[in-house]
Amino acid sequence: MLAPLDRKLLRDIWHTRGQVLAIALVIAGGVAVCIMSLVNYRTLDHTRETYYRDHQFSEVFVDLVRAPERLVDHVRDMEGVARVQSRIQAPLKLRLADFAEPVKGRVTSVPENERAQLDRLFMSRGRLPDTRRDDEVVVVGSFADAHQLQLGDELAAIINGRWQRLRIVGVAESPESIYVIPPGSMLPDYSRFAVLWMAREPLAAALDMQGAFNGLHMTLEPGASEPAVIDALDRMLHDYGTTGAYGRAHHFSDRFLSDELKQLSTMAVLFPAIFMTVAMFLINVVVGRMVSTQRDVIAVLKAFGYSNIQVGLHFGKLVSLIVMLGLVIGVALGLWLGQQMAIMYMDYFRFPVLQFVVPYDLTAVVLVIALLVSWAGAWRAVSAAVRLPPAEAMRPETPPEYRETWLERLALRGRLKQPSRMILRQLERRPLRSFLSVLGIALATAIVVLGTFQFDSVALMVHSQFERIQQADMTVTLEQDRHRSVVNEVARMPGVRYVEANRVLPVRLRSGHREWRTAITGLPDDSRLLRRVDTRLLPLPVEGEGLLLTEYLASELRVAPGDSLLVEWLDGSGDVARVQVSGTSREFLGVGAYMTLPALNRLRGDGDRVNQLQLNVAPEQRLSVVRLLEERPLVAGVSERRTMLDAFYDTLGRTFLTFTFINALLGGVIAFGVIYNTVRISLAERGRELASLRVLGYRPGEVDHILLGELVLLMLLGIPLGWLIGKYLSLLLITLMQTELYRVPLVFSERTLGLSATVVVCSALLSALVAVVRVARLDLVQVLKTRE
Amino acid sequence: MDNGDERDDERDIVFRARGVTRVFGEGELAVQALRGVDMDLHAGELVVLLGASGSGKSTLLNILGGLDTASAGEVRYRDLDLSRAGERQLTDYRRHHVGFVFQFYNLIASLTAAENVLVATELVAEPMPAREALALVGLAERGHSFPGQLSGGEQQRVAIARAIAKRPAVLLCDEPTGALDSHTGIKVLQALAQVNERLGTATVIITHNASIADMADRVITLSDGRVSEVRENTSRADPASLSW
Repeated sequence: MLAPLDRKLLRDIWHTRGQVLAIALVIAGGVAVCIMSLVNYRTLDHTRETYYRDHQFSEVFVDLVRAPERLVDHVRDMEGVARVQSRIQAPLKLRLADFAEPVKGRVTSVPENERAQLDRLFMSRGRLPDTRRDDEVVVVGSFADAHQLQLGDELAAIINGRWQRLRIVGVAESPESIYVIPPGSMLPDYSRFAVLWMAREPLAAALDMQGAFNGLHMTLEPGASEPAVIDALDRMLHDYGTTGAYGRAHHFSDRFLSDELKQLSTMAVLFPAIFMTVAMFLINVVVGRMVSTQRDVIAVLKAFGYSNIQVGLHFGKLVSLIVMLGLVIGVALGLWLGQQMAIMYMDYFRFPVLQFVVPYDLTAVVLVIALLVSWAGAWRAVSAAVRLPPAEAMRPETPPEYRETWLERLALRGRLKQPSRMILRQLERRPLRSFLSVLGIALATAIVVLGTFQFDSVALMVHSQFERIQQADMTVTLEQDRHRSVVNEVARMPGVRYVEANRVLPVRLRSGHREWRTAITGLPDDSRLLRRVDTRLLPLPVEGEGLLLTEYLASELRVAPGDSLLVEWLDGSGDVARVQVSGTSREFLGVGAYMTLPALNRLRGDGDRVNQLQLNVAPEQRLSVVRLLEERPLVAGVSERRTMLDAFYDTLGRTFLTFTFINALLGGVIAFGVIYNTVRISLAERGRELASLRVLGYRPGEVDHILLGELVLLMLLGIPLGWLIGKYLSLLLITLMQTELYRVPLVFSERTLGLSATVVVCSALLSALVAVVRVARLDLVQVLKTRE
Repeated sequence: MDNGDERDDERDIVFRARGVTRVFGEGELAVQALRGVDMDLHAGELVVLLGASGSGKSTLLNILGGLDTASAGEVRYRDLDLSRAGERQLTDYRRHHVGFVFQFYNLIASLTAAENVLVATELVAEPMPAREALALVGLAERGHSFPGQLSGGEQQRVAIARAIAKRPAVLLCDEPTGALDSHTGIKVLQALAQVNERLGTATVIITHNASIADMADRVITLSDGRVSEVRENTSRADPASLSW
């Protein structure tokens, strides 16, 4: 048997179900973003951890030209090294029957000894290659999926300059290939870059590497110093053409995966923090007002002898039920969205198995915070009500002291109709409440801004990267350094309109204890196809002897123009040089260092050389140019701007924008909840006045004017304020989300402003519609017979 | 009621109600508030509608005022058939022809006394200036006060000013003194009497207070949804002479 008060509670909830649902939606929106982000991040993080552990992802890697196998034992004996494995790896080119474009890739040896293996493959289909067969390969899942390759399919490959027919016997994932990025690119490309594994013996034979290796990977003893091991390795392998040992942090796949996860973790903290703050603030306000409308009920309860605590508990229960409803919707929605999101990311990152994690601890924290904040809002209103003697509380609230508003006094005296006066005075009479309403609308707007500005940012990233910076249709990477005259040779090819030559040299830049593995790109003096831009995206000339760094790189190395950097050439020579930083350039994707080609060649000191060509080609001859280039032995690979753009939208763009889109959607839900409640409460508070006007002969439309006029005014103030708040929140978000992979620029287009305003205005229209229907149905007799 | 007086037929009839019934609810829960009421109201007349709580007097007033519609029977305001009027017609009717005064004043708290009058007069073509309306109820000097700054009696007089400022043909007052002490109540009644005399507005005052009846031209008593008595006063008493 329910206590009468509890029955009242259930009926109150039923009678105000529209409002209850709207409040619950605000909570649900906030909670769903929290849970979604947490589930997504924790799931991916845990999945990565498990994957790395189970498949023995190495901690230090070395690439070199060639070293005898016996060296492995020396490495194994080094202090800090736990397990070490050698391997053979080589670039390759593939030709696929029904794919016109060139495909590059990398083939790596699979060690014979299955058990102690590092970087073990996850075989999703088929088996490992037979150690005696020279035509059996395993392909990475991303490539197999992109081309729908089946076991038994054949591939035509050029390895070490020789054509070879390969047969697919397995499809695998590797902790080293979670993110498959072609060398030199900064975006994954699943269809044009293949990762293959072959048995070691046949690969060694193909590469003339019997008894030797060109790659090492190892794990470290717990507590071992990675920099110390790297230093020792660099010293030991100096004579074998090492390009420098590097840790996981510089391993391509892990580096970008870590960046992505870092961004996700930022978003998993920041989005929920903002959403929950906003939602909690709104709940506090909305619940407070809802309880205020029950002032007389509170008085009656007190008159019957209920204590303040009992009254407080009653409303605490009311609020808890509403919050619980919101939490249930929010948690369910969040878990589902988080899971969908993680599945989407899993596909993108190529994790073999998703380790779904439900963040029970943080869900509980979110739950407790939501309850506490709501109770606080309710308590604020209840305590205001119980502070009054019951007799006074039962009387209508003393008519507040109104006065002429400053706006009327200033300019509009005599020109305003009475309903407009009512709107203005109502707003000015309760400045705090009006301010809170404006703030509520502003925060709702800001949330939508936060969810949508990134679409424009991504558009700007694409524009700056692919229209301002990278103006070449194709980038051709050469196998080896060549004399600059190679430009003329390529320029004569049919379809090629313009050629420029660069030189890209892998380096480690050091400034004090800070270091960064990257490449220095030497650009011709008047480079047209690969430009640098300044903060306003205007062309920035590369000149003099100095080094131009991407802003992000300069800040990571803590250097400014005028500072000098130590350059270690990662070509196995062990040579170093010093160079001065001449300036910084803006770039949203990737990081890099640039200088003029002559200056770079002088710095390196080995002649007038180039190893990369930038081409503009006739669009209709694009494919034939690529084919011609691919046939040249000197060409290591061709990458096209078009395919990079596709890759950008396919991968980064897709995941990022999906996340963003869902946030925008939930922001819209919150906006609706806030505005709907503002309107409903306003209607509840002013019902009597509005009914009085209806009795005086005002038509429903004329009464709507008062109710909606107030809303319009609040929105006129709230939306621009929301844009401003949204801008600062966005700035905070992008500042915290900067990674090596990409920096999201802050862009505020009319579209973002318009979209956020539209969401808010649509919520308002929908709410207004409800209000209009209510006004039309106002029970005039009932309202006038009862006292307030 | 049947006034049955030939002499009255020649006078201008403002309201004519015939066989008015009003049922709230349906089936077993149905409550019959009015059980066939006949009555006329003449131009310039001041009628007091007497009755105990639940006698149906407020229901009748609401129907006359276009706030409610009869379940059966006919109610005419001059040529307008209120029993068949739609929502929009009723709104226009209230807008142009009726003034209301309620027990709880129903002033708009955010508007001054003068503006509360203006809020009603803005709707019509040739209203009385707000100051003049307030002067009629003896509040000419309080036009700038907000309701919160006025006493209950003053608020009610503002409500009367608001009701009459648009020069309605009828003034309907539902327990106008119900929330006031007798001293203040008499001031309000004086204002009503004065408006009736000066403007000739047909006035209906609902009350359960029999002492007020003496100020009327006619007193109609309702009990249990029917007219139980109609009494015509030979002379109207000055409200100042009333007491309760």
